[in-house]
Amino acid sequence: MTDLALFRQETRQWLDAHCPEEMRLPMSEEDICWGGRHFTFRSAAQKAWLEVMAARGWTVPGWPKAYGGGGLSGDEQKILNEEMARINARPPLQSFGIWMLGPALLEFGTEAQKRHYLPQIARGEIRWCQGYSEPGAGSDLAGLQTKGVDQGDHFAVTGQKIWTSYADKADWIFCLVRTEPDASKHTGISFLLFDMESAGVSTRPIKLISGASPFCETFFDDVKVPKDQIVGERGQGWTIAKYLLTHEREMIGASDNALFAKTDLVADAIQSVGVNEDGHLDDPMLRAELGQFLIDEICFDAHMQMSGAYMRAGHELGARSAELKYLGTELNKRRQSLRVSAGGADDLVWEGTANSAGQAAKDWLRAKGNSIEGGTSEVMLSILSKAVLKLPG
Amino acid sequence: MEVLSEDHKLIAEAAQGFLKAGHGVEAFRALRDAGDDKNAALRSEIAGMGWMGILLPEAVGGVDFGYRAAGLIAEAMGRNLTISPFLSSAILAATVLRAVGGTALQHWGPRLAEGQVTMALALEESTKHRPDRIATTLAETASGLRLTGRKGFVVDGGAADRLIVVAKQGGACVLVLVDPAADGVVVTEQFMLDHRNAATVAFEDVALAQADVLAMGAEAEAALAQALAAGRAVAAAEQLGVAKAAADQSFDYLRTRKQFGVLIGQFQALQHRAADLYCELAQADSLVAAALNALDAGSDDSELLTRAAKAKLARVGRQATEEGVQMHGGIGMTDAMDLGLFMKRDRALSEFLGDAGHHTDWILRHRGI
Ligand SMILES: Cc1cc2nc3c(=O)[nH]c(=O)nc-3n(C[C@H](O)[C@H](O)[C@H](O)COP(=O)(O)OP(=O)(O)OC[C@H]3O[C@@H](n4cnc5c(N)ncnc54)[C@H](O)[C@@H]3O)c2cc1C
Repeated sequence: MTDLALFRQETRQWLDAHCPEEMRLPMSEEDICWGGRHFTFRSAAQKAWLEVMAARGWTVPGWPKAYGGGGLSGDEQKILNEEMARINARPPLQSFGIWMLGPALLEFGTEAQKRHYLPQIARGEIRWCQGYSEPGAGSDLAGLQTKGVDQGDHFAVTGQKIWTSYADKADWIFCLVRTEPDASKHTGISFLLFDMESAGVSTRPIKLISGASPFCETFFDDVKVPKDQIVGERGQGWTIAKYLLTHEREMIGASDNALFAKTDLVADAIQSVGVNEDGHLDDPMLRAELGQFLIDEICFDAHMQMSGAYMRAGHELGARSAELKYLGTELNKRRQSLRVSAGGADDLVWEGTANSAGQAAKDWLRAKGNSIEGGTSEVMLSILSKAVLKLPG
Repeated sequence: MEVLSEDHKLIAEAAQGFLKAGHGVEAFRALRDAGDDKNAALRSEIAGMGWMGILLPEAVGGVDFGYRAAGLIAEAMGRNLTISPFLSSAILAATVLRAVGGTALQHWGPRLAEGQVTMALALEESTKHRPDRIATTLAETASGLRLTGRKGFVVDGGAADRLIVVAKQGGACVLVLVDPAADGVVVTEQFMLDHRNAATVAFEDVALAQADVLAMGAEAEAALAQALAAGRAVAAAEQLGVAKAAADQSFDYLRTRKQFGVLIGQFQALQHRAADLYCELAQADSLVAAALNALDAGSDDSELLTRAAKAKLARVGRQATEEGVQMHGGIGMTDAMDLGLFMKRDRALSEFLGDAGHHTDWILRHRGI
């Protein structure tokens, strides 16, 4: 047996033995384990699953073992994913630490920072939020004004962030701050890490069209950030921010993005619309639209597979993460629109028992943010037209 | 984004290099202007490189490089608008012969691989692709086997040495090999919008021998299904080449044409459409590769993937060629530019072996609706 075949066999046995039955059921957004100081587990099984996976380094299977990871190769990670998918195992932990900060620290952090922060992320002990956007700096992110004044041993941070996802639930923030007031727009920014319990930090949740309040306005009033909590050099924050964004976009675009609330559209449609005597969905236009969607979904899945293999072969996606982000999020918007169309009046129910009891409508509304968060579709297309197609500025 | 093997990389580079050098769009124009829709001279050259036997076993003179390799060659042919019997003979006919095996493969395999003969698939009987509606019949009579019926859109049928005809015998599918010069066969050549040849063929009580029957019943159905899957995937690969070539010309134009004192590529309205097209081409590329790889692996999802690829390319090919003309403005409408040539080839490939609607419908049925 090859090493990989052996790895698959061992992984399959281990998952069978250790993944609780409850953790193999379909999940909704509320079932996501985000970890952190204040996280309340929804069940004993959820907690046990996190602990046993973290102990093996499999919450972050690709990270080095020294930092709490599993030290798996690309091929081994693919096998682990496939074996988890085979039994519908839920991801034991999801977090901005895993998706965004971790990769940036692995690339730009000092050895001490990696040893300190990464294992906490891997074990789900510290939950991170992302302090990028400001009221005046969204797509034009480098126009950010939150300032960090040099006070000798620390920076004093003052300003406002907005759309900070889960800021009210997060323990720490990775934050873009203007520390070099005399430098140019892009070279005056630093990448700082600090505790959300620091004096001077406050958050105010924002209610969304879906009714949920996953993100906040975040205020900093003279927050003390020790100087060893800077990642990279002073003024290097934009480079790190962009690197992190490529990972964020890869994650958002990915077809296995758990936030995409994927359901079996065909089964949904059969259930609500029914099938006519020809054996066709009893709504020809919906059927036609669904057909086009299915083709595009098959196509995008194939593209994700190819990009996975591309990265396992050692290539960086770079600007092409914008391509996956654009395609994946636009596709998910179509998916959710079709889902509520198929549901018809039943999916107009906001609270109640019909159909998905309002979940489809909420997922549909949530999906509208997919092509905004992490950089809008327009920004993705602009990036591609310049970085990949080399069209003139 | 596919990571090609070293072998596949070499094949792709060799194909593009060879075709661009002597059989590119300029050569295509020369053939068209001379009214030559067959490009017979190319056949022995590409046979010499193994392309005509790309899917045939080595035992009958093929190189057996597989579907992915065939797709890479077809993509280069799409880019260069190369006129050749590759799709009809090296893909469709070779796949049928390979599937039926036996003496037919022994006899015709080497001739196909060496480029001595070409074959065309006579399948369609209506203007849209309906492989399940066949009225052409093979009958057992007192004087032997007789074939009667009428076929259309027989691609490369005007030049083929043999026709593989899909017919019915007592309700069962049957594949027969017919010499177009035989008594009762009337071949009417059609010069198509993409400057290729296709034919309508009438069979009026054509006498056939038992040896002309390639396969019957389930065996014939399986061989036809395999050939159609291969043909669709390789046609999608050619269409990808056409679409990429059209897109590349348009992207170049955005970098060079000036209006209002600036390069038109500075207009965001065009940048975003160009970037959207680029994304669509990138994912279509992955799907075509996945479909061809699935055929090579013989995996269960190969039919689903080849049909999805064919349907997807019909849309992306249209997007690429239509955007190409639009982004060029008036000059895009001229025959002097290549965009119209790409658009016409794209159109023909979209219809060939089933359009987007045909395959989308199949996928919906396959999913139970
Ligand atoms: C669900 C969700 C979660 C989020 N989570 C976080 C988070 O955790 N942390 C964080 O920092 N931020 C977060 N964001 C914020 C997100 O990154 C910004 O909303 C996004 O970058 C867009 O900025 P904006 O909202 O200011 O819109 P604007 O930049 O004002 O854009 C408005 C419109 O103008 C278009 N536009 C802007 N500039 C251009 C241009 N140059 N060319 C063409 N069109 C343009 C945009 O595409 C958009 O359609 C989140 C957003 C959402 C929706």
